[in-house]
Amino acid sequence: MMDDLRELYQEVILDHGKNPRNFRHPDDSNRQAKGENPMCGDRFMVYLTVKDGVIEDVAFQGRGCAISTASASMMTELVRGKTAAEAETLFATFHDLCTKDDDEQGDHGPVDEDSREKLMVMSGVRQFPVRVKCATLAWHAMNAALHGQDSASSDQF
Amino acid sequence: MPNADAILSPALDVLRVREDFPILSRSVHARKGKPGKPLVYLDSGASAQKPRQVIQAMTRFLEEDYSNIHRGVHFLSQTATDQFEAVRIKVARFINAPSDRCIVFTRSSTEAINLVAASYGRTFLNEGDEVILSIMEHHANIVPWQLLQAEKKIVIKVVPCDDDGVLDLDAYRDLLSDRTKLVAITHCSNVLGTVTPAKTIAALAHERGVPVLFDGSQAVVHGPVDVQDIDADFYVFTAHKLYGPTGLGVLYGKYDLLKRMPPYQGGGDMIESVSFAGTTFKPPPSRFEAGTPPITEVIGLGAAIDYIESLGREAIAAHEHDLLQYATQQLSQVSGLRIIGTAPGKGPIISFALDGVHPHDVGTIVDQYGVAVRVGRHCAEPLAERFEVGPTVRASFGLYNTRAEADALVESLLAVKEFFGA
Repeated sequence: MMDDLRELYQEVILDHGKNPRNFRHPDDSNRQAKGENPMCGDRFMVYLTVKDGVIEDVAFQGRGCAISTASASMMTELVRGKTAAEAETLFATFHDLCTKDDDEQGDHGPVDEDSREKLMVMSGVRQFPVRVKCATLAWHAMNAALHGQDSASSDQF
Repeated sequence: MPNADAILSPALDVLRVREDFPILSRSVHARKGKPGKPLVYLDSGASAQKPRQVIQAMTRFLEEDYSNIHRGVHFLSQTATDQFEAVRIKVARFINAPSDRCIVFTRSSTEAINLVAASYGRTFLNEGDEVILSIMEHHANIVPWQLLQAEKKIVIKVVPCDDDGVLDLDAYRDLLSDRTKLVAITHCSNVLGTVTPAKTIAALAHERGVPVLFDGSQAVVHGPVDVQDIDADFYVFTAHKLYGPTGLGVLYGKYDLLKRMPPYQGGGDMIESVSFAGTTFKPPPSRFEAGTPPITEVIGLGAAIDYIESLGREAIAAHEHDLLQYATQQLSQVSGLRIIGTAPGKGPIISFALDGVHPHDVGTIVDQYGVAVRVGRHCAEPLAERFEVGPTVRASFGLYNTRAEADALVESLLAVKEFFGA
């Protein structure tokens, strides 16, 4: 039981939850989307600076639980410098990690080992189905911003 | 933490009572041969567990007496109708309504409020008329009025509360005016536990001839309610928080109001005669009960009321008050814990925030200890804004909870704090 909790709340997640990286509003962002979970009131704004198809900067602001905050923070570190297509691959891979058993996860494109390891950190959430929406909230918002939408609500995940 | 096992409140033999609730003896999170944790159910404010007496009454009815009601000449239909209508009388007595004709069965508290908003509201409220609500309403007592606002251009006024969660009666007095046409206020907040001064609220409105609806979903569970003493014009509650089944609510209305109100929904069982030239409707309560009602659930509510009365409503209230006092005292010793809602005389509902830990994380961790609490904004978002807390954790106590369970909550919270270094 406690093993599952430790798996969910790994040190790195507690750290990102407490000290989120890229927690700011960049002056030069050119895409943004709100991610909202109406059930718990978690709300993030994700800011992207996309130039020539590359995510040059990514940051976020808002309020949420340790899982959603840590996931948002780690997301910003992972997608920075990636192309839009690469970011989508990361999102799809991450979504599968959080929701599907190992043998059901699809191949969404190449993900380097380092990124995959970082994505894996959050996959403990699979044991806690009601928390999957927390873990994927900022990712949905990032994806929405990439596609020019202004919001993503966990009601639609 | 003190061991509270030995300190049982005198009002109720709670360990005996717990044997009536089969689900309370289960454990949760057992897996792969590892034993689980005993369930500590502190979410009765969302929905209460059911005693065997309710479960068995519904099963017995389905196995022996079930039939549709009000429409058959056959034996079972008559038997089922008699039992169904006997519960209406029982419900009337339970809240001291003057007559069972004042009791309308609905699907939920929510539907009961929607019924009043749609039927009374559409008929008697016009553009510019004001409806007074309070800041501590559940969404069920906000949104129906907003729908009416969109349709009829009525104005919604909101009574504030102070930092303890006490309703601001002076502000309420000031809001009452010639434009006020209805007051709809909770009798007990589902977040703060505040019990509102229903009798005073009604008296002040009645000075201006304004009818008052009380949302009694929480209040009716925790102590005796007398709709005539309050002088409520409408009073709503739900069966599932009252240790009864889901899918059933109750609307009490003064008969002379109900009989002036048009039907809410049309269908069978609510008409006197139907022709394409025109249809005439039955008097209340039938007028408001279109279609086949939740018959088995009504039987279940009857059993729930019998059960509650067999324990004694005063005894239940005393036991829950003891739990509230004890849990409040124990929780207050947890550093960084802030209780939202400290009104005197409140019901056994404790919402709180824990410094540095989001309620969602609290909920997940205490759940691993078997402790079931509600986290979120509890369908009362304006109130969360008022206290600037966002989501909170809510522990709500029922007649079957023990001091030891309050201790289990505190212990699980200490684990949360250790986990997060908060």
